[in-house]
Amino acid sequence: MSALTENSTDNGVMMAADGTPLKRSLARALRRQKLRALMLIAPLLIFVLLTFIFPIGSMLFRSVENDIVANTLPETVAVLGRWDASKGELPDEEVYAAFVRDMVVAVEAKQHTRLGTRLNYESTGMSSMFRQSGRKMKKIDPETDGPFKEKLIDIHKGWGDIETWKTLQTHSGLYTSGYFLNAVDAQKTHEGFAWQPEEKQILLKLFWRTLVMSMVITGSCIALGYPIAWLLANVSARNANLLLILVLLPFWTSLLVRTSAWKVMLQQNGVINEVLVWIGLVPDAERLILINNQFGTIVAMTHILLPFMILPMYSVMQTIQPSYLRAAKSLGATNWTAFWRVYFPQSVPGIGAGSILVFILSIGYYITPEIVGGTKGVFISNRIAYHISSSLNWGLAAALGTILLIVVLALYWAYDRIVGIDNVKLG
Amino acid sequence: MSPTGEPLLADTKSDTAFVEFERVQKSYDGVNLVVKDLNLSMPQGEFLTMLGPSGSGKTTCLMMLAGFETATHGDIRLGGVSINNIPPHKRGIGMVFQNYALFPHMTVAENLSFPLEVRKIGKSEREEKVMRALGMVQMQDFAGRRPSQLSGGQQQRIALSRALVFEPELVLMDEPLGALDKQLRETLQFEITNLAHQLGITTVYVTHDQTEALTMSDRVAVFDDGRIQQLAPPDKLYEEPENSFVAQFIGENNTLEGVVKEINNGVALIQLDGGDLIDAKPVNVTKPGERTRVSIRPERVEMDPSRLQEGAHTLKAEVLEFVYMGDIFRTRLRVAGTDEFIIKTRNAPDQVRLKPGEQIEIGWMAEDCRALDA
Repeated sequence: MSALTENSTDNGVMMAADGTPLKRSLARALRRQKLRALMLIAPLLIFVLLTFIFPIGSMLFRSVENDIVANTLPETVAVLGRWDASKGELPDEEVYAAFVRDMVVAVEAKQHTRLGTRLNYESTGMSSMFRQSGRKMKKIDPETDGPFKEKLIDIHKGWGDIETWKTLQTHSGLYTSGYFLNAVDAQKTHEGFAWQPEEKQILLKLFWRTLVMSMVITGSCIALGYPIAWLLANVSARNANLLLILVLLPFWTSLLVRTSAWKVMLQQNGVINEVLVWIGLVPDAERLILINNQFGTIVAMTHILLPFMILPMYSVMQTIQPSYLRAAKSLGATNWTAFWRVYFPQSVPGIGAGSILVFILSIGYYITPEIVGGTKGVFISNRIAYHISSSLNWGLAAALGTILLIVVLALYWAYDRIVGIDNVKLG
Repeated sequence: MSPTGEPLLADTKSDTAFVEFERVQKSYDGVNLVVKDLNLSMPQGEFLTMLGPSGSGKTTCLMMLAGFETATHGDIRLGGVSINNIPPHKRGIGMVFQNYALFPHMTVAENLSFPLEVRKIGKSEREEKVMRALGMVQMQDFAGRRPSQLSGGQQQRIALSRALVFEPELVLMDEPLGALDKQLRETLQFEITNLAHQLGITTVYVTHDQTEALTMSDRVAVFDDGRIQQLAPPDKLYEEPENSFVAQFIGENNTLEGVVKEINNGVALIQLDGGDLIDAKPVNVTKPGERTRVSIRPERVEMDPSRLQEGAHTLKAEVLEFVYMGDIFRTRLRVAGTDEFIIKTRNAPDQVRLKPGEQIEIGWMAEDCRALDA
């Protein structure tokens, strides 16, 4: 009996009762368990893969994808590669001939306007040039009508401009860093890299504004949420429930309704201004501008994101027993010292969790800045939305989104290094 | 402690009261009194235990003394000074909590250093005191650890040394051993009493464990229903309970109900409800006709009638159950209409082991059987 049930050691390897190594035995026993666990998460895993990870991956890929030039103008790209732009001369007839052949195919397939749009991101005017030339090039027969150099320059003088061909050559690769350079207010040029002209530099400023405003929002959420969370954790269970409902009440209202309500509150003829004027604190002619600026965005978003700060703080504070404070006081600490030295350090994981939540949510927030932010209070996400749905420059939108993602991950990493992610508790 | 229950350093005690409760009442809701008319005075150096079932008001009393609850009425004095209006952090009372309440974000040394820091004691002196306090509980090697890395017993030792590190004259302990296993509890009971007596500190200890109360204390205050039912040294409490609550609450106890027939020369003759007559010592019965509840300890029941005094009344009993417990035998009997009559006998070589169904005769010395309130 005992010989069979006990483990035996053979050459230092623990053996199970039937003589197989204990480790293998254990792995076999656990395999079924792991399989079952995997099957339980499989539906969600497949759902997330298909509807989230794959689309986002392909969207992010657009930030470097640039096969439209090489696909639409395959021959041109091949021969243009041999052209040396630094000599300051136009490419020779070989390139023009190849370009005409490519264009005739492209016009047939109506691809030339798309290419024009793509190149227009890099150099304004390209779009109309391609559209106009396309129409006229339909009449050219690539087999017989050569030479083409003069003809093309006749069709549009842009083809006689060396910059046009430089742009084509620069952006002929299958992958490009151009979108990312655009996203940080720079430009990919034939010489490599150049800053955008001063008046077009808005994106870096927007990134910086998004970061700073998100931090301000996180900070004000901490300041407003901490006392509420403390109260929640320290009143009787019945009162805590009531308070919790009040905290969660905004969650049950539509985000749009809440944001619009702030519009009603903050506008120049809104509730706050009316009240201030009525009690005479503000003269009628100098009503405060509370909306369509950064202030409006910060106020509205602090209100909307506050529950995300309060809930993790509350769940952490709930676990801090009141006896700690009592112990501190019995040891001679004043109320303030007991709070600051004993209670506060233990509540930091809650602040950390809430801050990460609020910060990451606000850095990518869209609807509220869009409605109450005006022009001065919008976030980078509003710019991304603009490029997705209005300018249709998806490559730039994807690059902006990727940078945003990287910034968030970097901040997350920094947080882990400084505070430690183990210190974050959500409940 | 010496076997008689006297503290070793009896000379540190003085007769003047160090801790005093005078007519203290406490109500949380304005309707019910949790503590009703509490009067208690403790000399310096005493180890006093507040013992009682949950809800008896013992913890409330401790919290009032610590300053976390305010008395609704009455006066609490420490060293002759009323402390009703002194906030907890100025009372200078050391406290040990049931869940240890060690600050989890500080190391052991930082925990001990905390009360010294808030007292603005210099760094070198602080370190010296911390190490001395850790030495008292043999925990010097753990100074750098976090509380979560310690076992329950080790945590409690740290909590104890933290309550002592700033040298308070009074230490309060709120069921400090409640969460520990039996063996550890016994070791720590011994350590705590030793330490308290060595340092000469006054200790108020709250527990619902009567063994703990009996083994550790100089005096025990038995709480029930917001009042002290009896305040006495452990031996007196066990052997001479003053009312049936104390008799029931402390140790195992057999209860028989009946009416006083007569009282003669300090011996009461009681007629039990089943008709049998027994002898008892009248404690709080004064005249014939009163209903009474008599109490007799299981180990004071005698099975050998020849060892009883002449003319003592005996009762017939039937053995229902015999339990072998190692050091003792616990036998359950049917006596005078009750099936829950217990006797305990020492596991001696010549001790008889009764079998269920056996008919025996039992009796006791009249002074061991106490006629208490009904």
